[in-house]
Amino acid sequence: MTELTIKVSGEAGLGVQTIGEVLCRIFKAAGLYLFSIQDYMSRVRGGNNFIQVRVASEPVFSCRERAHITVALDRPGVLLHQARMETGGVLVLDRSHLGFSGENSAWFDAPLYAIAENAGKSARYVNSAACGVIAGMVRLPFAPVKRVLERAFAKKGAAVVEANIAAAKEGHGYAMGNFHLPALALEPAPERPDLLLNGNEALALGAIQAGCKFFSAYPMSPSTGVMETMAHYADNAGIIVEQAEDEIAAVNMVIGASFAGVRAMTATSGGGFALMAEGLSLAAMTETPIVMVDAQRPGPATGFPTRTEQADLNFLIHAGHGEFARVIYSPGTAEEAFFLAQKAFEVAEKYQVPVMIMTDQTLADSVRNVSAESLDFIKINRHLVSKEESGSASSYKRYQLTPSGISPRAVPSRIADVIYADSDEHTEEGHITEDGAMRTRMVEKRLSLKLSLLRKEIVPPEAYRTENAKVLLVGFGSTYGAILDAVNRLENPGIGFIHLPQVWPFPAEAFTALAGKKARVITVENNAGAQLAGLIRRETGVAPEASILKFDGRPFDVDFLEREIKKAAK
Amino acid sequence: MILDDFKSGDEVAWCPGCGNFGIQNAVKKALVKLGRRPQDILLVSGIGQAAKLPHYIRSNGFNGLHGRALPAAVGAKIANRELTVIVTTGDGDCYGEGGNHFLHNIRRNADITVIVHDNQIYGLTKGQASPTTDRGMETRVQTRGPLSEPLHPLEMAIALGCGFVARGYSADSDHLADLILQGITHKGFSFIDVLQPCVSFNKVNTYEWYAKRVYKLDPAHDPADKASAYQKAAEWGDHIPLGLIYKSERPSYEELSGVAALPPLVDADLNAVNVRTLFADFQ
Repeated sequence: MTELTIKVSGEAGLGVQTIGEVLCRIFKAAGLYLFSIQDYMSRVRGGNNFIQVRVASEPVFSCRERAHITVALDRPGVLLHQARMETGGVLVLDRSHLGFSGENSAWFDAPLYAIAENAGKSARYVNSAACGVIAGMVRLPFAPVKRVLERAFAKKGAAVVEANIAAAKEGHGYAMGNFHLPALALEPAPERPDLLLNGNEALALGAIQAGCKFFSAYPMSPSTGVMETMAHYADNAGIIVEQAEDEIAAVNMVIGASFAGVRAMTATSGGGFALMAEGLSLAAMTETPIVMVDAQRPGPATGFPTRTEQADLNFLIHAGHGEFARVIYSPGTAEEAFFLAQKAFEVAEKYQVPVMIMTDQTLADSVRNVSAESLDFIKINRHLVSKEESGSASSYKRYQLTPSGISPRAVPSRIADVIYADSDEHTEEGHITEDGAMRTRMVEKRLSLKLSLLRKEIVPPEAYRTENAKVLLVGFGSTYGAILDAVNRLENPGIGFIHLPQVWPFPAEAFTALAGKKARVITVENNAGAQLAGLIRRETGVAPEASILKFDGRPFDVDFLEREIKKAAK
Repeated sequence: MILDDFKSGDEVAWCPGCGNFGIQNAVKKALVKLGRRPQDILLVSGIGQAAKLPHYIRSNGFNGLHGRALPAAVGAKIANRELTVIVTTGDGDCYGEGGNHFLHNIRRNADITVIVHDNQIYGLTKGQASPTTDRGMETRVQTRGPLSEPLHPLEMAIALGCGFVARGYSADSDHLADLILQGITHKGFSFIDVLQPCVSFNKVNTYEWYAKRVYKLDPAHDPADKASAYQKAAEWGDHIPLGLIYKSERPSYEELSGVAALPPLVDADLNAVNVRTLFADFQ
């Protein structure tokens, strides 16, 4: 496999994110695989943001520690990223624009601003000039660059398209003529019809496919992309997207909408989820199916608003007062996010429970090639009782006690009887009760009966090279990519990997069968408390021997993880 | 429809003589006149004595969380715009715990009717000050009376552009029923603050106290006149006006959001969705 890591850095407001999107499209157009991450600060202007694209001849699932090519669009970027370059790597900068006079053998001086002014007649085309320079440095032909820019700027008119192409072309030519490092050359291939998806988009597309018709949220990084994607397709798919006044309103609107019969979802991050905890409890008590997304970021409190962490695991398992059954999915890839969003609605309605999807900034913002054929679709079944099944105008009981624990769920005004739902403890009819015996039966229904059914519908752990493994790495959520890539790079048959796309109810039986007593279990977690290790211990009795933890707000890169695995697995 | 169509079999847990009974009767009378089937009505409430009302009227009922009746009601209305959605809430539920939702749902203007049982006291927690408790009323918690200025919900609603602002009195259920029916037929967010004696915990604002003070707005009062509506909304103390104080028309949430143009969301064919048609955007 040939691969390169390319980083573009600049202060907020310089358009680093746009360059990232264009670069990803260029590499995809050149038939290559990529994995990109965004590293941005919680500010609108200034600071230092960067995007890092790992581009390769084969699929890649995680980021690297060091970059082969680093493009610094401002002075602080040069100083900040110089130390994080790959051996033999190159730092691209416009020396005269940034005011650097000295020589440095690792620098490639590219007059990006002069190119933009000359070819595009404006400094604002510096981003396209940079894209052209990068494409030229890695010896990609100009054709895919042109195709991508035409499409990216089509809405802004022919003049803008032409100016961007001119700036990119001149940048491309400049690099072809002035930069010669064959080791950094990439081999283009025919473009595949893959999708470029980040986790937020994949999740939203899954929800749209599942027939989610109402979405309400309060904007909160890094979950906001879910709402933006839902809003973008709202008219197309007949969805109402409503920005709530706060997360409490968001979850209660979603519950109201679901009670009235539509599939509804909300998305937030940890702090917003904290505000939704009472609503979660209400959904459980009223047995109203809802889907909640927690795109995690580092806490406590406001924490690192734009960065990544997996520290809400215990919180989500325990959030909400009282005792009730819930489901928590933890997708590791865009494909899983797409599937589990659909599964979430299916399970929420089938068992009338709240279902949570736990992602994080890494999954939410990272982009990968996804093959459309690899996406799984779930046939929709509402698990509702019809007018006929619901009986006469006085016979329907919303909370009817049944042997399975699942009561008939009907849609208000679509049956002959009226429907009551109550957050107080209630009778089968949904009216307030103080009766101890009824209380006992209702608690059993909401907690143990549902939990036993949900345990039969667990999304199984994904086992990779576990047959002969002496060491088993275990992760959930976005660590999937880094662990997979690390295991592949280590090429050690004694090291295997278990990914958990569902953490609650915990897949105890399947996990124990895989891990048993045969192997040493090491968890890999983006948190400080080894929460997954604790969960495994509590749910299976298997005691993980060690945990590889990272809680600096940044994702695992495969190089760091490889070193840590070697240390831990000794 | 007759009153018995809306008769619930559930046992009522209010105190004898409670002002809530007058409101319950008024809602029933309004629903009879409205003429819709019980299953086409949805009563949504939060928590408190007022919030028990949905159980005591035969219609769909969603009795949710304290302070959160409004978002649940709006969610349900968006899901099925054909439902007649009525919120029954109290001064603590709506103005205290749920104050933020009150502000923003006036702005949102979904076509729902909000009846606030305003007894100026917390009943279910046994007698603490509510946001509308007058200064000087001592309680076991507010031992010197509330320190905060009472909230002025009617003036607030007018300032926020609420299109239907009314005040009723629970002891005059015919008049209140008429206001409720007007509120239901008004397109957009309709707000009715109902003066409601609490026989157990509010020893100041009693039936006798109100009887001496309330009066019906002169037919000459023009609810479209915002300045005069403010004046009437601010009137408190010796003379307390009842009736439709302010009315104006503006597009509802359903019209602005596209809900009105779609079939009720609840009837959407979910299997008609195919996101493969969107994949080109990501290719």
